[in-house]
Amino acid sequence: MSATRRGERVLRVAAPLGVALLVLAAWHALVVAYDLPRYIVPSPLVVAQTLAADWELLARSLAVTLKITLAAFALAVLAGTLVAFLFSQSRWLEMSLFPYAVILQVTPIVAVAPLIIIWVRDTQLALVLCALIVAVFPVISNTTLGLRSVDPGLLSLMRMYKASRWQVLWRLRVPSAAPYFFAGLRISSGLALIGAVVAEFVAGTGAAGAGLAYQILQAGLQLNVPRLFAALAVLTLTGVALFAAMVWLSNAVLGGWHESMVSARSEE
Amino acid sequence: MSAAAPRAVVELDRVSRTYPSGTRALDSVSLTVAEGELVTLLGPSGCGKSTLLGIAAALQPPSSGAVRWWGEGPGRIGTAGHRLAMVFQSATLMPWLRVASNVRLPLDLAGIERGAGDRAARAALARVGLAGFEASYPRELSGGMQMRASIARALVTEPDLLLMDEPFGALDEITRARLDADLLALWAGRGAGQRLTVVFVTHSVYEAVYLSQRVVVMSARPGRLAGEVAIDEPYPRTDDFRVSQRFASHARALQQLLARATEAAAR
Ligand SMILES: Nc1ncnc2c1ncn2[C@@H]1O[C@H](COP(=O)(O)OP(=O)(O)OP(=O)(O)O)[C@@H](O)[C@H]1O
Ligand SMILES: [Mg+2]
Repeated sequence: MSATRRGERVLRVAAPLGVALLVLAAWHALVVAYDLPRYIVPSPLVVAQTLAADWELLARSLAVTLKITLAAFALAVLAGTLVAFLFSQSRWLEMSLFPYAVILQVTPIVAVAPLIIIWVRDTQLALVLCALIVAVFPVISNTTLGLRSVDPGLLSLMRMYKASRWQVLWRLRVPSAAPYFFAGLRISSGLALIGAVVAEFVAGTGAAGAGLAYQILQAGLQLNVPRLFAALAVLTLTGVALFAAMVWLSNAVLGGWHESMVSARSEE
Repeated sequence: MSAAAPRAVVELDRVSRTYPSGTRALDSVSLTVAEGELVTLLGPSGCGKSTLLGIAAALQPPSSGAVRWWGEGPGRIGTAGHRLAMVFQSATLMPWLRVASNVRLPLDLAGIERGAGDRAARAALARVGLAGFEASYPRELSGGMQMRASIARALVTEPDLLLMDEPFGALDEITRARLDADLLALWAGRGAGQRLTVVFVTHSVYEAVYLSQRVVVMSARPGRLAGEVAIDEPYPRTDDFRVSQRFASHARALQQLLARATEAAAR
């Protein structure tokens, strides 16, 4: 059994890697075959070279974007969890405010970002706010759902032993919500990065620190397509790393007790 | 104060229960369970046994009628001498807590100090034959072991009134027979000062005969009391009793009562 399990684990990494290699090889072959100029489609090798050559620049930009992303993500987790707790304590509050959380979520951030950037003097803060708006909703909705999705039998049990509201919250609702919360974190971390990049795009030529979006924008204007690809690669890998970190965290916290539920619920 | 009738532990007085969905689960049910009694509720699936037990556990209010515990309202439930515990139809253990912590939960909720709670939990687990499984997670136990852990959790508070909702319904015949015997030992083992009252729900005629002093038969839709049969047999009840002539005649009486109740409900 452990042999098949290990086999599956290897496959889980090897299969997507294989796909990546295939795609890269095909990409390279096409570029060579049709002799495509590097200012339209650079081959993966050229992208890799550019990545190495421009690393210092890209790394500095990555640091800028990552700072905004992480700040927004941290705030989203804090604010989202707080709101979810309030919602779970009062149906009334949830009914009156949840629609506004939805409105916040469905309004395209590109449309709101200019306003925020005008209103908030500090550009960094404005960018963090934009990314926060994008990232907070999954934390709110997942955690609220989790805090409410409590086994009714366990709720009866708590009632029978005269558990206080707090005891029900801490001993029952919070542990029940944990898998939902972590599923929310996974989505939210990716959205924070997307929100940060979109906001940087809107803010335009970054007077205050040039993030990855700025590099992509500039590279596009200068037709420096290899650098554009390199910046894009850095961005994508960052997103993947964030997601992987969340998966690891979720497994580290839940692994011991919720094993079956984690796999069942995180697919949602 | 001579030979007074034993105190009523729980009294249901013309209790009805209609769910918000419109289902009339109980219709004017009156039942009194006296201190130290072991009463079984027997009835077909869906006749309102769990509903009745939920009302007796003060988990849900009746739509009409009155319930009294030890002669008064639900306010004193949980205090010394008025402890109530219920074993639900499924084990309802918290999957994120180890078995010992699950069993200790009622004590934790009551603010009892951790060390004392752990000792009580270990003792309760030993009583249901789960010594050594304190540190396991519920998912590492079989279905029957989970059910026993849930019984240990009910016992840990030293209840005066124990409500059991088909606790052994999902178990195999062999395990069920053993747990039935264990339950009787537990019930009889309480000292004279503090007698354990048990209300036990089952849909097995044989389990009802083996366990009870009194079997209350329910009919379905709406749930009503169809009658009751006293099982006037001495305790301790042996395995021989299970295959005796008298056992069979009690079972037949119950079966007839059940059949009549079902027929009446169908008409
Ligand atoms: N929460 C609920 N909401 C609406 N109807 C309910 C609810 N719980 C039970 N009922 C209905 O009430 C009736 C009695 O249900 P109950 O669970 O008390 O039956 P039961 O005798 O315990 O059955 P079983 O032996 O299958 O456990 C059923 O018809 C059921 O559909
Ligand atoms: Mg039931």
